[in-house]
Amino acid sequence: MTRSLQTDILPIKSAPGFFSRIARDFKKNRLLYLMIFPVIVYYIIFNYGPMYGLQIAFKDFNLRAGYWASPWVGFKHFKLFFESYYFGRVLRNTLLISVYSLIFSFPATIVFALLLNEIRNRIFKRFVQTITYIPHFISIIIICGIIVDFCMSDGLINDIISFLGGARTPLLQEMKYFRSVYIISGMWQGLGWGTIIYLSAITNIDQELYQAAIIDGANRFRQIWHITLTGIRPTIIILLILRMGSVLNVGFEKVILLYNPATYEVADVISSYVYRRGLQQLNWSYGAAVGLFNSVVNLILVVTSNRVSKKVSDISLW
Amino acid sequence: MKIRKSIWEIIFDTFNCFIMIIWTLITAYPLLYVLFSSVSDADRLSGHRGLLLYPLGFKLDAYWLVFKNPLILSGYVNTVIVVLGGTALNLFMSCLAAYFLSRNDIILWKKAVMVMMVITMFFGGGMIPNYLLVTGLGMRDNLLALIIPGAVSTYNVIIMRTSFMGIPASLEESAFLDGANHFSILFKIIIPLSKSILAVMALWYGVEHWNSWFSAAIYLNKRSLYPIQLVMREILIQNAQSDQVYTMASSANEDQAAQVAKTIKYAAIIIATVPILCVYPYLQKHFVKGVMIGALKG
Repeated sequence: MTRSLQTDILPIKSAPGFFSRIARDFKKNRLLYLMIFPVIVYYIIFNYGPMYGLQIAFKDFNLRAGYWASPWVGFKHFKLFFESYYFGRVLRNTLLISVYSLIFSFPATIVFALLLNEIRNRIFKRFVQTITYIPHFISIIIICGIIVDFCMSDGLINDIISFLGGARTPLLQEMKYFRSVYIISGMWQGLGWGTIIYLSAITNIDQELYQAAIIDGANRFRQIWHITLTGIRPTIIILLILRMGSVLNVGFEKVILLYNPATYEVADVISSYVYRRGLQQLNWSYGAAVGLFNSVVNLILVVTSNRVSKKVSDISLW
Repeated sequence: MKIRKSIWEIIFDTFNCFIMIIWTLITAYPLLYVLFSSVSDADRLSGHRGLLLYPLGFKLDAYWLVFKNPLILSGYVNTVIVVLGGTALNLFMSCLAAYFLSRNDIILWKKAVMVMMVITMFFGGGMIPNYLLVTGLGMRDNLLALIIPGAVSTYNVIIMRTSFMGIPASLEESAFLDGANHFSILFKIIIPLSKSILAVMALWYGVEHWNSWFSAAIYLNKRSLYPIQLVMREILIQNAQSDQVYTMASSANEDQAAQVAKTIKYAAIIIATVPILCVYPYLQKHFVKGVMIGALKG
């Protein structure tokens, strides 16, 4: 403390100019700056470099001409995208997949966390947790490989369907099943892991509240409703807001692993569309424009949802 | 204080246990099915319909055929290189950044560095400019393309910084008096005292590298450079019933190729998943801890 105090007082005495302050600071902290230097270089190249590269969204970029020589075209690519048939399709699919998985998996995770918390036998509880956390760690490629295999017309799911008297269908080739497959498999993979955050919130609830409730004659259900659920309400709100902020942020990995031309109509989301148009069909500028549109909307959503949360609950991310 | 359970509570507890058992079964069964199928006799498996409650016979042929595929071995080697190299770089860079940001002394540009890093959590260039950058730097067909572009995660740096700040400053001050500089303080005091957070970070970064495949898919053309996940994509998803699997299968026996093809897929899944399951006890422990640290911060 004394060290920093001294250096803190010095500048006030001599009231140095801007540049001499920089020089003095640089001299004093040169080792620290040496340490942070590779990190700064990394951020400038690999995070700000692509942001600089976003200019191609407003240009007709071609690889040979490079960033500078490619001609500016203003909002041409954005206009093309907004007026195209694909704009409505990818926006609809992104929103539907996002909202459906929110509607189904969000409450289910809370319910499972509450139920898991009511298991009194520690060993059994630990066992359930150990098993249900596993899928979280399995790579998306393997998960999708299993999904593809199970959904084939001679796969496990169809075996069960036909055993129950239904007709065999190649599930991933049919438009009407794509979203269900996507969301159900997502729940299979993520439900267990999703409960952790609620379980940790539950452990922070004051145990005396339960004792008091028992003395007041509250039964288990009333305890769950009034104490546990109330205790994790801030967590629920903040997670819900986070989800709202990322509603247009459906990852492309699982989509591009599971979709095929027969299901593009219902499966193609913004990010998978960027991938296909940009990297597969090499429409660099168009792809970058669609991607930029997506990032800007995402940013607006995150900022808005944070504002909303601050207003309604005094909880915010920053 | 023991209170007699009401009839409703007993019903609830039974029902709850039942739901948990069902849920556990639903989670575990697909994995067990894959395991059972992978060691089953291919002929009997192809004739079988519906649930599989135990392996049909016991044959490890499929595993041998998968191991014979040179791509599996090279895939494993490439993945190990990326996981070790990538995680080491991640940890090194994150430690530097977290140390810088955790300092109490007056640093003129500290706030600016922090802002520069946080901005990237909310906005980025996106897929296309990233691709153009990495290929422009000549990293196509180079494993560095899977290691360097993700060298630092701001979120992890912030968590590490919080943990570094919890270390009492008096330790560092006495070291400074003994003539230590920032490097020796970071590597001799801070890092040894932060083993548990470093373990969490190493596992976080490591699993991410192990499971990642998309950068490999867009930056690598040479199949000899493919990490295991990309090899798995060829086997499992791209032309699910063709090429890869059949080449492997036909090396066994021409007319049985079709049957063996299916067990080969399952064996490949098991082979690519076993390493993760081996470290799973550590993963579970440290990841749960990590989620809680993250939650505290949020």
